[in-house]
This record gives sequence, C-alpha cells and structure tokens, in this order.
Amino acid sequence: MSQHTAHIEEHRDDEASKLGMWLFIFTELLLFGGLFLVYSIFRMQYPVEFRECSLELSVTIGAINTVVLLFSSMTVAMSMTAIQKNDMKKALLYIGVTLFCAAIFLVNKYFEWSGKFHHGLYPGSELMTHLDRGHHLYFSLYFFMTGLHALHIIIGMTLLFVCYFKVRKNTIHSQDYVLLENSALYWHLVDLIWIFLFPLMYLIS
Amino acid sequence: MSNVSANSEYVSYLDHQGKYKGIMSWIMATDHKRIALLYMYSIMTFFIIGVVLGIMMKLEMLTPGETIMKAKMYNSVFTLHGILMIFMVVIPGLSAVFGNFFLPIHIGAKDVSFPKLNRFSWWIFVVGSIMAVLSQVLKDGPPDTGWTFYAPYSTTTSSNVIMATAAAFVLGFSSILTGLNFIVTIHQLRAPGMKFFNMPLFPWALYATAWIQLLATPVIGITLLMLIAERAFHIGFFDPALGGDPLLFQHLFWIYSHPAVYVMMLPAMGVITEIIPTFCQRQIYGYKAVAVSSLAIAGVGFLVWGHHMYTSGMSDTARWFFSLLTFIVAVPSAIKVFNWITTMYKGSIDVKPPFLYALAFIFLFIIGGTTGLLLGSVATNVQVHDTSFVVAHFHYIIFGGMGFAFFAAIHYWLPKMYGKMYDFKMANIGLVINFIGFNLLYFPQFIIGIQGMPRRYFDYPAKFQPAQLVSSIGGFILVTGLIIMIYTLVKGARKGAPAPANPWRGSTLEWQIPSPPSVENFDEEPVIKENPYDYK
Repeated sequence: MSQHTAHIEEHRDDEASKLGMWLFIFTELLLFGGLFLVYSIFRMQYPVEFRECSLELSVTIGAINTVVLLFSSMTVAMSMTAIQKNDMKKALLYIGVTLFCAAIFLVNKYFEWSGKFHHGLYPGSELMTHLDRGHHLYFSLYFFMTGLHALHIIIGMTLLFVCYFKVRKNTIHSQDYVLLENSALYWHLVDLIWIFLFPLMYLIS
Repeated sequence: MSNVSANSEYVSYLDHQGKYKGIMSWIMATDHKRIALLYMYSIMTFFIIGVVLGIMMKLEMLTPGETIMKAKMYNSVFTLHGILMIFMVVIPGLSAVFGNFFLPIHIGAKDVSFPKLNRFSWWIFVVGSIMAVLSQVLKDGPPDTGWTFYAPYSTTTSSNVIMATAAAFVLGFSSILTGLNFIVTIHQLRAPGMKFFNMPLFPWALYATAWIQLLATPVIGITLLMLIAERAFHIGFFDPALGGDPLLFQHLFWIYSHPAVYVMMLPAMGVITEIIPTFCQRQIYGYKAVAVSSLAIAGVGFLVWGHHMYTSGMSDTARWFFSLLTFIVAVPSAIKVFNWITTMYKGSIDVKPPFLYALAFIFLFIIGGTTGLLLGSVATNVQVHDTSFVVAHFHYIIFGGMGFAFFAAIHYWLPKMYGKMYDFKMANIGLVINFIGFNLLYFPQFIIGIQGMPRRYFDYPAKFQPAQLVSSIGGFILVTGLIIMIYTLVKGARKGAPAPANPWRGSTLEWQIPSPPSVENFDEEPVIKENPYDYK
C-alpha cells in the first residue's frame, strides 16, 4: 500500500453501491410513507368526499400512465440485460425507450394538471379555498403526492440521461454497470410508488 | 508520531499532500478523518453561538419582567437556540465527528464506503446551516415557533418559518447520507476476520444510530415539506378550518423527533462504552447485552413518540400504551448503565479527564433518565407538562448526556486526532467547573418546574426569583468552565506535548496505529482480535 494518493479514488465496491441504493430507497419509501399515512387518515375521515373527487380524475389517462410506467420498468430492466451481454446498441435503445416513456408520462401529467388549473383548481387557488373540507384535502393530497412523484420521475430521468451518455462514452459497460443498475432500481421505485398512487387516487370510486 | 517516526513511509493525514493544496485540501477532502475535523469545527462554531443565545436567555431570566429583551425577541432567541443546538450540534455531533473519524478505524477499514458522499454530506450540512442562519436575518424576522415548529402557530406566524424548515430539511438530508454511509461501511468494510460481534461497541452504537437516521429522518422531511406547502399554498393538512388537524403535525413531528433523541444519545453511550473499559483496564461487562441494547433502544424508540403529546388530546388507551412503551425503552438504557458500573468493579481505574467526564456523564444521565420516567408516566406528566421540569430533564439528557459524552470523547481521542496531548490539570479544573455550573443551571429548574414555572416564558412570578438566580449563576459558571475546557483543548491540539500512539493503554484498533493516523489508517493489515476489549 505505498500509493497513498491514488487508493481512495480507485476504491470500487459494487456491492456497497447497491446496498447504498437500497438504503436510499428505504428513505424514499418513508418519505412517501408519511404522505400515505396522511392520506389514510383523511380518507378515513372523509370517505364520501374522497370518492366524489376521484370521479373528477380521468381513469383513462391514469391507466395509460400506469401502463407506460410499467412498460418503462421493463425496458430499463432489458437495458440491464443488454449491458450484461455487452450489447451497447440495444442498451442505448432500451434506455432511450425508458426515457421516452417517462416523457410521455410527464406530458400526460401536464395535461391532467393543466386541465385542473384551467378550471381554477390548483393549490392555493380561489376555488380550492371554497371547496368543502374533504374535497379540499383530496385535491391538496392529489397535487402534493403526484407533484412529488413527478419530481421523482424527473430525478430518475436525470439519472437515466447520465447513464445514456456514459454508455455511449463506454464508461458504463459489461464489466462496470453499477450506476445503470442503481438508476434502474431507482426507476423501479418511482414506478412502484405510482402503482400505489394510481388506485388510491383514481380507482376509489 | 513517536514510535513510528523512523518509518519513512508514514505521513500523518494532517500533513498529507493530495491533489488539492491549502484550504481546498480541506473543503475537497474525502478522507474521513479530515471530514470529521471539518464537522467538528463547524459544530463547535454553532455550539458557541448556541451557548451565547442560552446565556442571553439566562440574563433575561435573571429578574422577573423584561430584563434585557422583549418577549418577542425571547421567542426568537429560544427558537434559534433550539434549531442550532438540535439540528446543527447534537444530532450530527457525535456520529459526524467521532463516528466519521473512528468508525472506519474501529472496524479496520481505510475509509468509509462512500468518501465522496461523505464530503457531500458535509457540504449540504454547511448549506443547511447557512440557510438556518439566513432565516434569522431575512426581512420577515426570525422564526419564533420554537424548534418544534408546532402547527397551527407555525402556519400562521409572519416570521421566516419557511426558510428555517427548509434548513432543517436540508440538514436532515445530510444526516440521512451519513447514516447510509455508516451502515454500508459496517456491512462491507469490516477487516477480514472481524464479525459483527468482534466489533468494538462504538461502531455498534453508530450502527443502531444510522438506522434511526435512515428511517426516521425522511418522516420529518416530508412533514416539513407539508408545513412549507401549508404556508405557501394552504393545503390544509394541519388547518382545522380546511379540514386538517394540527395534532397530525405533532404526531408526524415526534415520529421523527423522538427517535432523533436516540440519534443524539446512542453514540454518546457508545463513547462511554469505549472509555470505561480503557480506563478500568477491564473487559466490558456484558458485551453482547450492550451491543444488542443499542439495537433495542433504536427499535423501541420508534414507538414512543406519543409521550410528548399526553396533554394534546389522545385517547386513554393510546396514553397508557405509549407510557408502557416509554418504560420499556428505559430498560436497555439502564442495562448499559449497570454494565458500565459493573465494568469498573475490580478494575484498575486510572483517573484521567476522559474517565472523569464519563463518570459525570453517568451521574447526569441517571438524573436525566429517571426524570424521563417521571415524564413518561401519564399522571405526573400532566402535572409538569410544558414546565421548566421538561427543560431541565432534556438538558440533563442532551447536554449532561450527549454534551458531556462529546467532551469525554474529545478528551479521549484528541491525542489520537492531533498527535498532541493537553494539560490534565487544566482539563480537570474545566471539568469540575462544568459539572458544578451545569447542575446549578438546570437542577433548580426541576424544582420550579414542579411548582409550575412554564417553559418558554420570559417572565415569572417573584417566588421563582431565587431559583432563577441560582440557575443564571450556574449558567455563568458553566460558560467559564466551557471557556477553560476549550482553551485547554485548543492549546493542547496546537502546542501540546507529542502524544504516544496509545496514551491510555486502550485495546481497540485506533490505539494500534500512530497518532495522528496516516491517510490510509493502516499501513499494515491490522491484527483483528476476537475480543476488542482484551485486557489482561
């Protein structure tokens, strides 16, 4: 161990990176856990109002987004397999498809939100303050939870973008792909949270 | 520095020249030991500011009515004192400073698993701290909610709550990343041959702490985000007029903030568990019980948050349940105390400053812990809720416990960290003054608390005057002691006599390497003993 300087930079431990990512995912689950807790309390208090509000959401767009995210979870997993087989072209393709799906999700979300905004329904709006309590809480939760989720989509997309360019630069390859693996894990988490959000927000009628 | 100076390869981490020079070699440092010192310097800075704020409150309480500040100002002072001391001093305190420095060394590793993440978490700690300071000077005026940010006041006050909560959010991120780093480090980087039950007990305590940091902090994160959204967009979660519930905020807040007490205390207990065997030259009594009790405290600590809310409106069933759990969580803490004391039995005790600080810790912690049980039982709690009894209790735990453990740790490890030794006599004088000042400062508050002195009031009836006077005098004595202690330590670290590699005849791994350690800690593979406290 005579090279004091170089050692720490060169240290590589994929197991540690993956464990670190799993732990970080725990923290994300608890972050959303707080919101799910709040959701369950208010839904217990205002079951009828929550049901009425969920009718205002478009199940079609929600369902499309669910399918899109599930599909993207598959493609990101396929990009992993491609990297392991050293097939860079396919890996790039699948990461690209995943990013495309993420973009579709956000565009749909944009239309959903702007539709609500158009009717004057957004956090802090005049209309919101005039809603009765259960309706108000439902839409507050809706914007808060889907907004925070959308933010996570954007973080996940950023990670996958980085991976895309690293695969192209060949710094992610069949011998060293832990960054892609962790980004994929994160992407699955984003997908998983949506799997819970969708029924709780859209399907309770 | 002493016994290996002949070894030409040895370069201390303090003198090591890396890619960066001068101040950048610190800001850009990834070496866990340098990051530990960075944390220590920042934390000591905030601690001194916190102490100044504390002494301002003691000046205000010297006489009834307005003494040096108005009521509104007093609110801001105790709020800032709380935010600084809790989020920027005691929560990161031991784990970010001594955990960073000694966790890798204790388990025979060269660094933590993610050195760059470690550096990043110090950076965001600094960003969060700057935000907390900014919340004091921005135009809406300093927050006056207390460090607990209770709704509905925090959602309606015109002061700078958003900035202060955002600061706490960012500081929480730093805490999470440190915890994550430690868990991975303990799982992945233990030296060959070191199983979990071969680790010293300080890493055990840090391991339990890290799980709390990891699992509890996100809850305060989302709660603070909700509070910010409540203020910015009136989402209504905590506002009864919009259907929400202010109690919900209290629940969410304490779901984090009670476990956070153990984020402060567990590493403190870990430090004491290191110091006692060394200065008694005796194997720790009940190694496994101490190790597992850390995990037990961490686990049960998640389930007792309701005891902060007995008077807030909870069903009787919930109250006795939380009360029961509170008594249960006291058991593993008591196990530790018994084990420390039993370890001393028939030991050859070497009375040096770190050991004396550890004794002071045990004394103060017992007072803090048993008054905690008084608060944990519903009937007495209702009597003393929100009185200065509570203030006295948690200062005995947090300052008398975590604070004195921090002082113990710094007296114990300073020779290792700087390779220099401080003056024992001065350190002992500082300790005695600290101990007297501390008890004079806080003990009277137990008494007037029972008599009905509310916490967070800047005024009081004349009958509390004598006790308040004693308390204020205690405050000044304590500050004198702190000045002597810090002066002694700084002088020791800068100009003290060179310290040998193992000044206390300790048996854990940090004492097998030179003082100060080299960049990679172990220039030769460390020999792992099955029993880390192997005293003959």
